[in-house]
Amino acid sequence: MATLEAAPETHDAAAAPPLLAITDLTVSYGPVRALKGVSLHVEQGEVVALLGANGAGKSTTLRAISGLVRPRAGDIRLRGSSIMRLPPAKIVRNGVAHCPEGRRVFASLTVAENLRLGAASREDASGVDEDREKLLSLFPILRTRRNQTAGTLSGGEQQQLALARALMARPSLLLLDEPSLGVAPLLVRDIFRTLGQLKRQGVTMLLVEQNLSLALDIADRAYVLRTGEVRLSGVAEDLRDGERVAEAYLGSR
Amino acid sequence: MSHTIRTRLIVAAAILLAAIVAVFGPGLLGDYFTRILLLICMNGVLVASLGLCNGFTGVFSLGHVGFVATAAYVNGILSLTAEQSASLLPNLPAWLSGWGMHFLPATLIAGLVTAALAALVGLPLMRLSGHFVSVATMGFLIIVNGVLVNADEFTRGSRTFTGVPLDTTLPWAMGWLVITLLVLARIIYSPIGRAMRAVRDNAIAARGIGINVLRTRLLAFVVGAFFAGVGGSLYARYLGSFSPATFYFSMMINQIAMLVLGGMGSLSGAMIGVVVIGTMTELLRALERGFSIDGVTMPPLFGASQIALGLVFILIMIYRPTGIAGGREIVLWPRTSTRPAPSVEEAPSRN
Repeated sequence: MATLEAAPETHDAAAAPPLLAITDLTVSYGPVRALKGVSLHVEQGEVVALLGANGAGKSTTLRAISGLVRPRAGDIRLRGSSIMRLPPAKIVRNGVAHCPEGRRVFASLTVAENLRLGAASREDASGVDEDREKLLSLFPILRTRRNQTAGTLSGGEQQQLALARALMARPSLLLLDEPSLGVAPLLVRDIFRTLGQLKRQGVTMLLVEQNLSLALDIADRAYVLRTGEVRLSGVAEDLRDGERVAEAYLGSR
Repeated sequence: MSHTIRTRLIVAAAILLAAIVAVFGPGLLGDYFTRILLLICMNGVLVASLGLCNGFTGVFSLGHVGFVATAAYVNGILSLTAEQSASLLPNLPAWLSGWGMHFLPATLIAGLVTAALAALVGLPLMRLSGHFVSVATMGFLIIVNGVLVNADEFTRGSRTFTGVPLDTTLPWAMGWLVITLLVLARIIYSPIGRAMRAVRDNAIAARGIGINVLRTRLLAFVVGAFFAGVGGSLYARYLGSFSPATFYFSMMINQIAMLVLGGMGSLSGAMIGVVVIGTMTELLRALERGFSIDGVTMPPLFGASQIALGLVFILIMIYRPTGIAGGREIVLWPRTSTRPAPSVEEAPSRN
């Protein structure tokens, strides 16, 4: 592993704590260790990509952040305070929205109902209505489909709905799990264009993605995971050199 | 706005109709049809409350009848006068005997007891999903039956528990049915109900957007158990005498069949299932005794009703697996704005 520079996760104690800081996170599914001491951080306004092959621990990292799996060790801090032992509902209330993998929309509910549920953790009714209108403008297809049940939408439309639903929570950190998975190429471009728009609006994102070039296009920084460990990290442009990323992905040849 | 006003008008009309049927029905319909109507009302309470958990949160419970049984016995014990409990249940603790309690308070107490029991049982069980929760809740039903059979001094064991006053008249049953449906509709078509359906559709995504899955399921389970308690109380004071076997697997299967055939995921589905199976059972039972119309005689075919009913179950599941109502509410007057049809032209071509 000596060939790879694993950027040390150090932080200036005097500076404001990062929006998200993960240190030495270990997660096990039964006897299988999915994460073996992962450390990473996301600054306010940043888009950070989490790359790696299947089973590297990318989705597990997101699930640990939003409280869907219980880590065995380590710490997850949001603006300096630990959220690791909080129930998922509290973590959402603290501003972390998770857009899970595989378009997990509520198939029997309408598009409008799905969106309203995304704001289940909020109490400002007028703000919710306002945000729904904004998001329906951002995803015009959802406006035309708003009274349809989500199960009747196409794959790309469901992905847009899942994204819009996560944004309804008005998150300070958006966790995105493979937004391109199972979506037609043309629509993937649309979705990433929307993500770019959100980035310009200042939405902080931690993005899990298999499509390297798409992810590195939008990300400021990236981490490459392999078998539950961070193998490589750095500024997105520096990682465009495919050689090192491939090595981190697949191991040294 | 006009939509809610119209809904209220329809609800008010339905309540009025129910009240008229309940008050004048027995006189006009005669004993036989009144009894069918009474059974439909009682099963309506039970199946609609079963549907809250099974149809809306995706927790397919087989333990509903465990609450029905508990409530029937609680209500039965509370109904006994001092002399009755002295002769029937001589070993009953003093604090429980001789209450001779009225129908309404006894029903409310029975409902609260079953709701509390559901909270206790649900806390571990509502963490489970899929067939795990079905088998586990069935375990609860078996335990309840085992307790009732063996708690001799409270229940007379497997011997018949008797002496419960026959208080369940059509107005009582109809009244409780109306209350049940109103409360359930109020829950189902509220933000809480939306959360329930979200949990049913996708528990992981629901958790991800901050819905407390356990609490949502538990609420449905507890409210369902309360009305199971009401239904059990109605049954207890309808039958007058019963044993633990009255409230066991055959009743459970009957209720599940009504719910699934009518259609899970809507109140109208539950009611359609109850009415269709309730009337069909009676009709087939009448036919199987044999009849003759205009000289054409039909010989009695005993057992034919069971076979015909089974065939109907199979046919509905083949041709309409989501039940007769298909998960939607049946509205008498369709909404003015209809839902746009799914986009046929693009959906199949993508992905």
